[in-house]
Amino acid sequence: MEPAIRIQPGKDRQVLVCRGTGCESQKAKVIFDNLEKELEKAGLSGSVETKYTGCHGFCQQGPTIMVMPAGTFYCNVTPDDVAEIVQTDLKGGQPVERLLFLDPKTKDRVLTFRDMRYFNPQRRIVLRNCGFINPEDIEDYIAVGGYDGAKKALSMTQQQVIDNMKASGLRGRGGAGFPTGMKWEFANRSVADQKYIICNADEGDPGAFMDRAVLEGDPHSVLEGLIIGGYAIGATKSYIYVRAEYPMAYERAIIAIDQAKKKGYLGKNIFGSSHDFEIKVKLGAGAFVCGEETALIASIEGKRGMPMPRPPFPAVKGVFGKPTNINNVETLANIPVVMTKGGEWFASVGTEKSKGTKVFALAGKITYSGLVEVPMGTPLREIIEEVGGGILNKRKFKAAQTGGPSGGCIPAAHFDVPMDYENLTQLGAIMGSGGLIVTDETTCMVDMAKFFLTFTQKESCGKCVPCRLGTKKMLEILTDVTKGKATLEDLDQLVALAEDVKNGSLCGLGQTAPNPVLSTVRYFRDEYEAHILKKECPARVCVRLIKFQVNPDKCKKCGQCASACPVEAITWKKKEAALIDSEKCIKCRSCILACRYNSID
Amino acid sequence: MDDKLTLTINGISVRGKKGQTVLEVCRENSIKVPTLCFHPKMPPYGGCRLCIVEIQNMRGLPPSCTTPATDGMNISTHTDRLFKIRRTVLELLLAYGDHNCLMCEKNSECELQNLVYEHGIDTVRYKTNFVPKPLDDSSSMIVRDPNKCVLCGRCVRGCLSVQVNGVIDIAARGSDSFITTFNGGLLNDSNCAFCGECVASCPTGALTQKQSRFKGRPWELKKVQTTCTYCGVGCQLELNVKDNEVVKVTTDPELGGPNQGSLCVKGRFGNDFINHPDRLKVPLVKKNGHLQESTWDEALKIVADKMGSIKKTSGPDSLAFFSSARTTNEENYLVSKFARAVIGTNNVDHCARL
Repeated sequence: MEPAIRIQPGKDRQVLVCRGTGCESQKAKVIFDNLEKELEKAGLSGSVETKYTGCHGFCQQGPTIMVMPAGTFYCNVTPDDVAEIVQTDLKGGQPVERLLFLDPKTKDRVLTFRDMRYFNPQRRIVLRNCGFINPEDIEDYIAVGGYDGAKKALSMTQQQVIDNMKASGLRGRGGAGFPTGMKWEFANRSVADQKYIICNADEGDPGAFMDRAVLEGDPHSVLEGLIIGGYAIGATKSYIYVRAEYPMAYERAIIAIDQAKKKGYLGKNIFGSSHDFEIKVKLGAGAFVCGEETALIASIEGKRGMPMPRPPFPAVKGVFGKPTNINNVETLANIPVVMTKGGEWFASVGTEKSKGTKVFALAGKITYSGLVEVPMGTPLREIIEEVGGGILNKRKFKAAQTGGPSGGCIPAAHFDVPMDYENLTQLGAIMGSGGLIVTDETTCMVDMAKFFLTFTQKESCGKCVPCRLGTKKMLEILTDVTKGKATLEDLDQLVALAEDVKNGSLCGLGQTAPNPVLSTVRYFRDEYEAHILKKECPARVCVRLIKFQVNPDKCKKCGQCASACPVEAITWKKKEAALIDSEKCIKCRSCILACRYNSID
Repeated sequence: MDDKLTLTINGISVRGKKGQTVLEVCRENSIKVPTLCFHPKMPPYGGCRLCIVEIQNMRGLPPSCTTPATDGMNISTHTDRLFKIRRTVLELLLAYGDHNCLMCEKNSECELQNLVYEHGIDTVRYKTNFVPKPLDDSSSMIVRDPNKCVLCGRCVRGCLSVQVNGVIDIAARGSDSFITTFNGGLLNDSNCAFCGECVASCPTGALTQKQSRFKGRPWELKKVQTTCTYCGVGCQLELNVKDNEVVKVTTDPELGGPNQGSLCVKGRFGNDFINHPDRLKVPLVKKNGHLQESTWDEALKIVADKMGSIKKTSGPDSLAFFSSARTTNEENYLVSKFARAVIGTNNVDHCARL
């Protein structure tokens, strides 16, 4: 990947300071201010440009600074490190070795982002500008080809824009994967005095944050996607529905809209055409279910965010009863590229039925966590072992959970599965919004299913009975399993109830909430049975079922457990197996996490 | 344009009209689809998941109450798959509520009870740790029992869509959801007008009329249709009578009349005067400074004599006639006629002008 950047004329270098939510929480603003002061002091203000950017996805290593065009990548920067970077690198021409990225595999320091195994295999379309342009400066976006797609679209007929979108094969990135071109065509065919296009930025899956990264790092690409979509379907009004937990995304969207208005890209006769287009930002109130289209519409209308059965579909009767088209942030960020480079070009990336790229939010027991964008169809193994740097602590890959609380797990037996919509569905998992949680042998699959069900159970809106009460009963059974109180009959009831909730619920939330349970039972039934029959948690996560005893046969006598114990409950002498005092033990599992040899039962 | 539809339901060809929902077509053709959150007076909701059906070439199990009927639809309403989910829904409702019919005012009139019976449920598979919530007993007219509530939202829609009051709504999320007043206070402290639309809409014993509690079981009550005497609108209501005493007032859209199954606070709850010991049943005449029971003949004679003498001594305009909204239009007409033609004054007024 080689991003397009804009360097101020007369300056030869540019320092990019990430000010996404992650880095900002680690004093990125102070770092940025210090940088400007230090450059002034060093007399470099004339030749070095400073710029803050949105998130490039590698939050694990934040705060980060990049020196362009060289591409030098500094990680875990503190405000105190800035002086050294200015003196040694920008003035002295030598990289600050200690702040370079340390590859945990090779133990080498890596100089530029281009050489990093994390960035290298990625193919960035959606995140093309994230981390490289100033999200609060429309000129930065324009300089890298921004709004060219909108201009091109406005010179074409609506049908041509839709045809181009259909040719691209782009499918909705919100989760369901419905072809965007077809969705636009439906909305275009609806006849009404007013139509709407909505950007769904109510990203709520635990662990997924690509939509936030795009809105924070490249908000204009979303506006451009909305302009193109709005033109194609004949909508003159638009909403960006962003969750209240994303204050920075909200602010940057507002700034971007303001700038675009001043440029004449929004408002009356945009880009000098006869088309009017306005965008408003609507703040969500914290309900996960409002990511569901009909609940989102209710919320925009000022009603309680509860879904309505379809039909009628939003394309016929949506917000305020008018035809409405809803696209996800990631989908919209693709659209300017589909316009400028053409649908055929886009369709050349990815697999036969899943085109383009997908941003995954890699998390869990993985070396590099963060946002990664890879072509559709990239094997899971490649994402985890190449981009993600493999499993932490030399442990074994167990399964990957895709699609967050609506998804399912892919066990090690399918490690080579090409990641696209069809393959994932076939395995009982889903693409979803792109959450990808990696688990190893220290992850209990029952506990993971319980985690996701706790989430969906709480986030159910309460409208339909299967979701409201079915998930509650399922959670009660799962809790019993983790406590060793369940029977095999309970497990059968869990599966039967899961099927009824899946088939009987009103909206996508309830229909998919049982997926983590169903897929873990499908692939890891033995773990459920171990909890039930042997009263054991093989991954030693479910505290009620752990003995907290050192197995002397497995113990390598390293003493790691003793140093990890916060309450000095473990006694250990060199060349002797450790011993846990059950009186003192508080069952915090620190010893289990510290032990690399799985020798604590 | 031809607005007739031909659909196949359970293998039988039936007719419907454009604009109807699948449920409406089913009901018109005597196909009984179970419902709980559906109410004909309210916008469909699609929440209880009992009216789900299978429709060929349609994904999932759409609720018939919200799905528009289209020409050529092939619908199944009673398959094993649907029965299984309906049963699960009903059992879940039973497991997470306090549904003891022996102690419920709604016994034998409860839609949940009927559905449970119709689905042959004799045991509930789910054992749960259901914790009962306190009742709202604050008002003198309505008792709210959240433990019998199935969250069908009929009370909310009745209040908002039918009466346009919007006093109650659903609060919280998921299994914590409950029906609440503004700010979560007691019904008596809310801006409720006590029209009782919510009580009439409730399919279970979650909302019941307080005055009639334990005064008579539904099968003991004789329903007598009458016209409400409170004002001239002419609302049709049913006096629920047991042992010659009015226990409560209900109504039904089937009765016709202008109220279409709704009532106001007076018509629905203001019936305790009927059997009240203070109620006047004979005219009273003041004799020696005290009101004493009399006869209509005597009382009317006194009134007629006095009116006549006043008219004679002070002229017709010294008399004025004040009529009541509790009488019929015809009676009001007669008061006006009497004043103008018999007495000869235009001093006529009516309490509704106050």
